[in-house]
Amino acid sequence: MAEHKTLATTGNSVVAEAMRQCKPNVMAAYPITPQTTIVEEFAGFVAKGRTDCEYVTVESEHSAMSACVGASAAGARVMTATSSQGLALMWEELHIAAGMRLPIVMANANRALSAPINIHCDHSDIMGARDTGWVTFFAETAQEAYDNTIMAVRIAEHPDVMLPVMSTLDGFITTHSIDRVDVLDDASVSGFVGEYRPKNPLLNTEAPALHGSFAGLGGPFFEFKRQQREAMESARTVIKQVGDEYAQISGRPFDVIDTWGMDDAETAIVVLGSTAGNARHVARELRAQGEKVGVVKVRVWRPFPYAELAAALKGVKAVAVLDRAESFGAEGGPLFLETRSALYDAEARVPVVGYIYGLGGADVRLELIERVYQDLSDIAAGGVAPGSLVYLGAREEA
Amino acid sequence: MPKVADIQRALEPTWCPGCGNYNMQKALLEVLEESGMDFEDYAMVWGIGCHGNGADFYRAQGFHGLHGRALPLATGIALTNPDLKVIVNMGDGDGYGIGGNHFIHSVRRNIDMVAIYHNNQIYGLTTGQASPTSDQFMQTPSTPGGVVEEPVNPVGVAVAQGATFVARGFAGDVEHLKSLYRQALDHHGFSLVDVYQPCVTWNKVNTFKWFRDRVYKLEELDGYDPTNRTMAFEKSMSTFHELTCAPDECKIPIGVFYREAESFTYQDGLPQLDRPMWKHAEAPRDISKILEAY
Repeated sequence: MAEHKTLATTGNSVVAEAMRQCKPNVMAAYPITPQTTIVEEFAGFVAKGRTDCEYVTVESEHSAMSACVGASAAGARVMTATSSQGLALMWEELHIAAGMRLPIVMANANRALSAPINIHCDHSDIMGARDTGWVTFFAETAQEAYDNTIMAVRIAEHPDVMLPVMSTLDGFITTHSIDRVDVLDDASVSGFVGEYRPKNPLLNTEAPALHGSFAGLGGPFFEFKRQQREAMESARTVIKQVGDEYAQISGRPFDVIDTWGMDDAETAIVVLGSTAGNARHVARELRAQGEKVGVVKVRVWRPFPYAELAAALKGVKAVAVLDRAESFGAEGGPLFLETRSALYDAEARVPVVGYIYGLGGADVRLELIERVYQDLSDIAAGGVAPGSLVYLGAREEA
Repeated sequence: MPKVADIQRALEPTWCPGCGNYNMQKALLEVLEESGMDFEDYAMVWGIGCHGNGADFYRAQGFHGLHGRALPLATGIALTNPDLKVIVNMGDGDGYGIGGNHFIHSVRRNIDMVAIYHNNQIYGLTTGQASPTSDQFMQTPSTPGGVVEEPVNPVGVAVAQGATFVARGFAGDVEHLKSLYRQALDHHGFSLVDVYQPCVTWNKVNTFKWFRDRVYKLEELDGYDPTNRTMAFEKSMSTFHELTCAPDECKIPIGVFYREAESFTYQDGLPQLDRPMWKHAEAPRDISKILEAY
């Protein structure tokens, strides 16, 4: 294991620290709550000479991602951070970054999208960017946010992947809470991520390259997209390799999902991000009372770990999926849809129940999680699953 | 007609004590009362920023839109009814930064509305980062090494882009600000009122005192002619790149820089807007006679 120190600090602060340690060449950013302190801290590193990154405060998130695309195409290691409306404003550029295979690394502080106006945590921003072609991580804790940011660089720049990577952490809950974090020494991180050697930078005087040109009217657009899919599929293997290598220096084993109590669980909750902690807390208490319950936390959202999730849920009698985002008109939230899809090939048909919770920062109280396990226990005992999606804890529901 | 007490909602504003937004709200409320307009005669639009919290403090028909998008949103509202006064509140980050393109195009379009910019030269709501109007070299949490770029010069840009009403106010002078609001409401066309609104919490440079030591009124200037665009442009450039200078070295003009009595607005160019859109609705036509042959 590498040298490390233990800090009591916020998620945003360690993401900024991870970014500094990964030595980006360019950062283009725009402030937005609750991401702002990431780029503020990074600006402090620039001002103090702790990084030689070129840092530019542009006039909008659209400009931020555009500048990132330009810098990355020119051959730089590029990072930024955003949240909510900022991510939404970047939307068309997110596709450019992925389509041009630019290994940009971005942190997203997960926050609700307007309207009505809201600044608190949910996953509607990141789910809106679901199909933009970015490899996407969810962090439960500040520690995971730190680790994911460092691994993101290696995954993004891997020759078999060459895709942008988003490392997300829950707005305010993880971005602003003080947490215990083990931070590696600078040399270990820079040794781990290595130097970025771009393959076809546009600023190559010997072989000048044009990026982004027209590929329609019978051009190779369709094949570009197929290659993008291949890259995303390759990322499955690369993520595991990088995760294993990172575990060597961090001492923290990594997998695309994280399981608790799943060896003999009869019912399970599937969840993304910070709520996994709430779920484990309740599951632990129920275990103490003899209930065979478990929790599966999905750490990598894209590429989605279908096989791993199906294996983890094998043998359970009922599954609840907690979604912190809506997919209006669909049968459930995005994680619900993926989980059901993952279980389609299972030998036994398992009831899967979808819950929408915590939109716009609505409280995720422990009794709500208890209620979910109670529902699952009823279903496992032969009861009937709720016919439609449950809005967990919505005030008008009570 | 609605009085100030009717238009102001009985809520305690969330602005910091001493914030320039209080005086801007006072001035606008009093001018709205004086104008004799009823609630249905005007609509208000807000962007995102500390000023935008004001959306909750007025009883008005309106929309609290996204960061930077107040002007196009207001344009949509304005195009439904030619008789509606549309009053848009924006901040400097909101209106000159992320929505900067809308600013130029709204001026160019000469869309008939009042655009009030709460210009505190800082991102107040996100706690003190540099904004597009922050002074060059200003140190902020997002620019600890100092702002590299020169600030946007809203008055200069508007005058150069052919704006038909351009004014600059100061939140420390309510009576003067009211006269600017009155003239802007009376103007037929896009009316820019850029207001220096000191942020007492995050901008420790451009304070009320800092402005009081420097502002002077254009209308008190001998020979100033607000119908002369060249003169307006010259005045708009007079101080902009040297905001950190000493009070005796530079003075900041406030007042009406430029106005055009007769102006052709975007609404004037749309024949459909001879009446409100709802009056275009037609009664269903009876086509049974035509169908008889079949």
